Amino acid sequence: MLNISNNMSERWISLYVENRVGVLAKIAGLFSGKSYNLDSLTVGTTEDPTMSRMTISVISDDATFEQIKKQLNRAVEVIKVIDLTQTSSYKKELLFVKVFHCTKLDKSELFQIANVFNAQVADYGKDSIMIECVQTKRKNDDFISLLKESYSNIEVVRGGSVAIESISKTEQ
Amino acid sequence: MKKITGNKLFVRALQDEGVDVLFGYPGGYAIDIFDELYKQDIIDVILPRHEQGLIHAADGYARATGKVGVCLVTSGPGATNLVTGIATANYDSVPLVCFTGQVPRNLIGNDAFQEVDIVGITRNICKWSITVHNRDDLGRIIKEAFYIARTGKPGPVVVDLPKDMMLEYGTPIYPNEVSIRGYKPISGVHIGQLKRGLRLLNKAKKPLFLAGGGVNIAQANDIFTKLVEITKVPVVTTIMGKGAIPTNHPYFIGNMGMHGSYAANQAISNCDVLFSIGTRFNDRITGKIEEFAPKAKIIHVDIDTASISRNIHVDVPIVSDAKEFINKMLEYAQSVDTEEWVGQLNGWKEKYPLGMRKDKGITPEKIIQAINHQFEQHIVVTDVGQHQMWTTQYLEMKQGVKLLTSGGLGTMGYGLPAAIGAQIGEENAHVICISGDGGIQMNIQELATGVCQELPVIVCIFNNTHLGMVRQWQKLFYGKRYSSTCLRARKSCKGHCMTDGYECPPYFPDFIKLAESYGVLGIRVEKEEDICNAFEQAKNNRNKPTVIEFMIHSDELVLPMVKGGNPLNKMIMNC
Repeated sequence: MLNISNNMSERWISLYVENRVGVLAKIAGLFSGKSYNLDSLTVGTTEDPTMSRMTISVISDDATFEQIKKQLNRAVEVIKVIDLTQTSSYKKELLFVKVFHCTKLDKSELFQIANVFNAQVADYGKDSIMIECVQTKRKNDDFISLLKESYSNIEVVRGGSVAIESISKTEQ
Repeated sequence: MKKITGNKLFVRALQDEGVDVLFGYPGGYAIDIFDELYKQDIIDVILPRHEQGLIHAADGYARATGKVGVCLVTSGPGATNLVTGIATANYDSVPLVCFTGQVPRNLIGNDAFQEVDIVGITRNICKWSITVHNRDDLGRIIKEAFYIARTGKPGPVVVDLPKDMMLEYGTPIYPNEVSIRGYKPISGVHIGQLKRGLRLLNKAKKPLFLAGGGVNIAQANDIFTKLVEITKVPVVTTIMGKGAIPTNHPYFIGNMGMHGSYAANQAISNCDVLFSIGTRFNDRITGKIEEFAPKAKIIHVDIDTASISRNIHVDVPIVSDAKEFINKMLEYAQSVDTEEWVGQLNGWKEKYPLGMRKDKGITPEKIIQAINHQFEQHIVVTDVGQHQMWTTQYLEMKQGVKLLTSGGLGTMGYGLPAAIGAQIGEENAHVICISGDGGIQMNIQELATGVCQELPVIVCIFNNTHLGMVRQWQKLFYGKRYSSTCLRARKSCKGHCMTDGYECPPYFPDFIKLAESYGVLGIRVEKEEDICNAFEQAKNNRNKPTVIEFMIHSDELVLPMVKGGNPLNKMIMNC
């Protein structure tokens, strides 16, 4: 019998695929068709224009994660599957937040918050402000919660994480 | 070099691949390809009566011959009618290349007449699917399609061909070689893992081989039998693995699983080492997963890494083609002391044999026994349901006998067209289709294809006037509430069904008259003593199908059985 472990956790895959119509649908369809819990998926071309690289994060247990990797490997369009879960890597996500109906005081506070979070004010209006934040997913989560506490009218867009193996750092 | 159209290159490519039979149904966006096919006579084009029948025929052809089955249909409904057949082939690892016509490229996405995104529709049910957008890629993609379909774990591939691309002039060259960076079929055997598996086997007191469809697909039956004889380890098979070793072999215990034999399921439940080759441990095989082979260390050989350790915990995983693996194993295998264990298994086999009632009248067992006695080197193709399970229970698989069945997807309507495809591939074999009165009606129009192709397919209809397998579940587990399983039921039956004195309406269609309307011989068998004669008549009817309708009692059940979710050793033996 298979031990169904309950060690649900976040796991990361970097995936090289053919840069071709339908490949994104194929990969996304694999996750939905098999009920895998896809948390984030980003895709872009690489140094080789015929190849795309995806960064995928999933919430799963060990057995399901093994199966996900095998299923990805099976796809003809998949060139390489790299498991980044245990590898030290850089993971960052782009986040834009607009805050509306700001008072002067709000604005100056937002400048300070941005500063603390290592984010930048990207755009500025009479009573609104836009902040650009490139951080880990979790930090971006924190950033959004903080803003939500203090400001009632915000608009958020986030890009999903991209990840790449570190060169020399061993810390994740 | 003189440029040629995509349509011309298509025909050239197929000839290069050695395709001699193509199952095709024309339409507006495939008409140009059919025009090219008309101009040559190397590839035989078979016209079925429905695209679902078409693809099952290609599937039966592929399973019977080991070659790639090739389909060609038009866009839109032609393509969508393939869907069930693609999924069927995908589940049972059958190599198919399905070409679909497509609207011209400038119309794609316009909701044009007969436009569907067939690549999108089939993405999750085939091994590979692709639209050819550039004429320059056509040759390479066809080459890749055949390569992907037949190598590794075989499977169906869909290639979508826009009409205008096919009319475009381009290179006449069909490539010789193929290289796909994301697709490298596994070859070779990890010797370390093989030896680990072998060590477990050699130390075992109660070892058992479990052979799945992979052994049959790899055509490793003979060497597997040899391996069994050297090691003296008894064998159980899955439905798809039936025939991996002749069923009359002293080391063959039986089929296991939901409708397996008592001895085979006991063998699984009691073995201490389970050496499985080419099965994915589907739920119909394992029963309650927590209690599957509870005492055993498990060695799992499969070509598909994703099949290993998915459903059950495996102690020694080995990724390999079955034939390559068995050949390698033959170099190291030695005899294991299994005398006592085999004795125990044979004891179970004798005490609880498979068998139906022996009193007068027709039973499915008697019909299948007649096939066993009256035919040699035959190919049996089943539909899906009770008759399928009876076939897997009672069909004897001597050397050269083949069984084709939709095991994974369980597709009703598979039997007749697949039998036609098998007969096209194996002209001289006796091809016997065993179907039910439900399943046969799902693709009965294919009788016409049998007539057109002058095929001596023997079509057995086990007529119990019901959808028997579902009815069996209703009888056993649903308080005899026969919801939607009576094929005689009419609107006016409502409120009267199963009440005293109510006379059920007559059965329809009359399969004999139906056979006759196709110009083929129809024989109705109502008595046990007429079974043999019917098969003899059919045997002599060599250039047309024969339909034999066997009248079966609707209360005949497939037994023994393991209720879904129960462990394998908890079998319903009779009721």
